[in-house]
Amino acid sequence: MRPTDAAQPSPRSRGDLFLTFTWLALQGFGGVLAVAQRELVDRKRWLTRDEYLDIYSVAQILPGPNVVNFSLMFGDRFFGLSGAMASLAGMLLMPIILVLALAAVYNQFSAIPEVAGALRGMGAVAAGLMVAMAAKLLGALRSNPMGAGICAALLLASFVAVAVLRLPLVWVVLGLGVSAWGAARWCIARKEVDA
Amino acid sequence: MSGAAAGVDLLELFLRFLALSMLSVGGAVSVAPEMHRYLVEQRHWLTDGQFTGSIALAQAAPGPNVLFVPILGYQVAGLAGAVVAMVGILLPSTVLSLWAGRWGGKHRDTPAVRAFTAGLAPISVGLIAATAWVLMLPFFGNPEHRFGALALMAATVVVLLRSKISPIWLIAVGALAGGLGFA
Repeated sequence: MRPTDAAQPSPRSRGDLFLTFTWLALQGFGGVLAVAQRELVDRKRWLTRDEYLDIYSVAQILPGPNVVNFSLMFGDRFFGLSGAMASLAGMLLMPIILVLALAAVYNQFSAIPEVAGALRGMGAVAAGLMVAMAAKLLGALRSNPMGAGICAALLLASFVAVAVLRLPLVWVVLGLGVSAWGAARWCIARKEVDA
Repeated sequence: MSGAAAGVDLLELFLRFLALSMLSVGGAVSVAPEMHRYLVEQRHWLTDGQFTGSIALAQAAPGPNVLFVPILGYQVAGLAGAVVAMVGILLPSTVLSLWAGRWGGKHRDTPAVRAFTAGLAPISVGLIAATAWVLMLPFFGNPEHRFGALALMAATVVVLLRSKISPIWLIAVGALAGGLGFA
C-alpha cells in the first residue's frame, strides 16, 4: 500500500475501482494500457506518471497478460487482495460477456458466406496487427544492454523454434530464457565495469 | 464454427492452459502458437479458420488481447470451455504478479532482475512474430483468397506503423472487404 498523500486523490472504494476499470476496458480497442494511462494518470490522478511507469514496467516483465497484471498490482496498492480482485473483475467481466456474445452471434450466422468472409477479412487484419506489434517492439530493443547482435539471435531463435520447427514452447522459453538471462547478466556486469 | 467439438477433456484443457500461463512472457499472444499446436494440430478440436477467427473476434471487441482465450475455450467446449481456458491462463500468472508486485518494486534495479527483463525482451518479440506467422499460414494455402488477404495484412502493417489510428477501424475495413468477397 502506498503512503497516503493528502494532495493526491485515490479510489474511494472497491466498487469505484471496479467501475473505473470496467470503463477503461470498454474503451480499449486494440490496447487498454494507453487508455489506462490517460484515465488513471491524467484524468483521475490516482497515480503520478512515475508511479504508473513503475507498475507498468513490473507488469510487463511478468508472465501473463500485461493489462491483467497491471490491474492486479494497481488494485493491490490501494485495497490489498480484495482491491486487486475488484480491478481485475472490472477489467475482464464486461469484455468477456461482450466477446462471448459476439462469438455466439457469429456461430449462428457463420454459414452465410458474407459473414464467413467478414471474419476471414478480420483474421487477415488480425495477422497484420501481430506483425505490426512485433515491429513496434523491435524499436524498444535498441536500448537493450545485450546489444543488437545477441538480441537478433535470440529473436530469430525463438521465432524459428516455435513457428518453423514447432518445438514445445516450454523448452524454447526455458532453454532460450536461461541463456538470455545469463547473457544479459554478463553484458550488464561488463558495462558496469566499463562505466 | 458450430458449437463444441466432441470428446473434449476439460481437465486436460485446464491443465494445459495452466502450464501455458507461466510461459506467456510478453502476454497471452506469445503462447498462441502453442495453443494452435495443441487445439488444431494435436487434438483437432478446432480448424485453422476457427482459431484465426477467434483471435479476430477478440480484436474486434473492446478489452485486453487475452480475450481470445475464452473464445477459443468457448468454440471448443461452450461456456464451460470458456471458463476453464480463462481461469487456466490467468491463475498462475495472477498469483505470481500479486507476489511480484509487492516484491519486484523493491528489487527492480538489481542486476538479476534487470537481466531478466533485458533477456526476455527479444524472446517475447520472437514469440509474437511466431503468432503472426501461425495466423498468416492458412491464408497462403487458400488460393481463392490469398491475394486479398495478403494485401489486407500488408496494408494493416503499413497503416499501423505510420499512423496512430485505432486498430478497430482496420478490423472494420477487413470485415467489409471480406464480407464483400475481396479477401
